[in-house]
Amino acid sequence: MMERDLVIIGGGPAGLAAAVSAYDNGAKDVVIIERDERLGGILNQCIHNGFGLTRFKESLSGPEYAARFIELVRQREITVMLKTTVLDLSADKTVTAINEENGVFTLKAKAIILAMGCRERSRGALNIAGTRPAGIYSAGTAQKYVNIKGYMPGKRVVILGSGDIGLIMARRMTLEGAKVLAVCEIMPYSSGLKRNIVQCLDDFGIPLYLNHTITKIEGEKRVTGVVVSKVDENKKPIAGTEMHFDCDTVLFSVGLIPENELTKNAGIKLSPRTRGACVYQNRETQIEGVFACGNVLQVHDLVDFVSEEAELAGASAAAYLNGKRRTDNAVIVENGKNVGYALPQMIDRSVNENVKLFFRVTGTFKDCTIIARSDDKILAKRKKKIAVPGEMETMLLTAEAVAEAGEKIEVYLETCGEN
Amino acid sequence: MKTVALTCIECPVGCRIEVDLEENKVLAVRGNSCLRGKMYAENEVVCPKRVVTSTVKTTDGRMLPVKTDKPVPKTEIFAVMQKINSATATTPVKIGDVIIKAVCEDANVVATGNAE
Ligand SMILES: Cc1cc2nc3c(=O)[nH]c(=O)nc-3n(C[C@H](O)[C@H](O)[C@H](O)COP(=O)(O)OP(=O)(O)OC[C@H]3O[C@@H](n4cnc5c(N)ncnc54)[C@H](O)[C@@H]3O)c2cc1C
Ligand code: SF4
Repeated sequence: MMERDLVIIGGGPAGLAAAVSAYDNGAKDVVIIERDERLGGILNQCIHNGFGLTRFKESLSGPEYAARFIELVRQREITVMLKTTVLDLSADKTVTAINEENGVFTLKAKAIILAMGCRERSRGALNIAGTRPAGIYSAGTAQKYVNIKGYMPGKRVVILGSGDIGLIMARRMTLEGAKVLAVCEIMPYSSGLKRNIVQCLDDFGIPLYLNHTITKIEGEKRVTGVVVSKVDENKKPIAGTEMHFDCDTVLFSVGLIPENELTKNAGIKLSPRTRGACVYQNRETQIEGVFACGNVLQVHDLVDFVSEEAELAGASAAAYLNGKRRTDNAVIVENGKNVGYALPQMIDRSVNENVKLFFRVTGTFKDCTIIARSDDKILAKRKKKIAVPGEMETMLLTAEAVAEAGEKIEVYLETCGEN
Repeated sequence: MKTVALTCIECPVGCRIEVDLEENKVLAVRGNSCLRGKMYAENEVVCPKRVVTSTVKTTDGRMLPVKTDKPVPKTEIFAVMQKINSATATTPVKIGDVIIKAVCEDANVVATGNAE
């Protein structure tokens, strides 16, 4: 069995930045395993711009952003295995993979970084009446058809879900000559960025129906139309509010799920809230020497944060290979009122450094305060004019604050008037 | 005088900006958090412009991602798309290579991906 120091599973932005950072921090035997025929992950199909504003102070397209990191990987002696799929990962860090050249083979790694990204929630997760005709795609699949294969999935389109990928595809299909009739969102707010509502919908006069969902898909062989209804506070369709649209295509943009089958196989504990691994502040999972970063850990909206998190995981893996071990003396981080999750879930007390907390709020809140508290002590506090679930929030916990914490730190949001 | 409300699209923060206008002359900009936002708002009320991103077929039948290297007037987006869709890029292509020169005013269409 081949032995390697560090095996990185996934060659998207997370895997790329992790590899470079691990290498630069002293790991010299690094392998990236990627199932696609090229590096870059999902960025290859994200041809729109807006990537890298934080990182490079420029508005790049997805492939341009990826190319910058691919170049950094090329400049280093990092092994890249393309068209190679990891089939299994065991708790002792044995990686089973398959490719055309070698068939099924195994690698024994001293350290592992999980960077498998996420996949889209499928329509199966939703309950919509009607048969299952052709013409129904996830927005990401449609994105791949149009941008990579150069093939338009349809001419008259209704989009369910107002996540960023759905909004981006509304504009993309419009530019390519399709008519996007409506974007329906079951929630009272869009989960996409405001800038995407403006530049993808408003610019082209595409209506966004909040508090609406598709209640019926019509058509035998191919979609011929949909019925859209308004929903009440309990997300139940309201009779009498039905609107009918003639369309040949329905796109779903209903969220992303971290791709954690391998993580589960290895027996790593997943958080029911993020659906990714539970990690320490250095992005180490409960199995020593196995790290996770990027969308496989928590669904990011901005690739800049993916790269930042991956660099942390890469540096941590290098430190681990160098003999650094964590202690069992950990503070638990939990989400409290109005907060959906908080990450990292654990902070090793022996580490005396600032920790950046990542979290999402559960609704739209105006003039609110985000607080990190342990027992009766307020460790950090920040006022926000507006907080929405579509945008990941961060808050810095100083090393002193962590040192002051008891067993648990709770992150929660107070609305105006409460404390 | 009239006041126009905008959402800045220059970065993910999405500031709400108000612009006071007197016959197409900008009197005041409020609500922006940075200079980029002020410039966006000043342009947006006079002549809104966007960078267009799309794909161009390559000589070997693949799709090459492209963008305009400058924002083009919103009213010209579909005209630009028509030119993009009738162009073919000869491989090899590198990021930054000009695929269509002066597609609209002085904006070019450039490659945002490499194709060997
Ligand atoms: C359809 C879609 C569109 C998106 N659009 C945007 C956008 O416009 N802007 C934005 O900022 N973010 C967007 N995102 C979020 C985007 O995924 C992240 O910003 C970023 O790409 C995440 O990086 P990653 O490396 O964690 O994951 P990915 O880019 O998904 O990379 C994961 C890589 O791991 C590989 N992999 C997975 N499993 C295995 C395995 N078992 N063996 C080998 N290789 C494996 C995959 O092939 C892939 O290359 C989008 C996500 C999706 C799904
Ligand atoms: S004003 Fe500045 S901070 Fe606000 S959205 Fe525009 S670019 Fe971003």
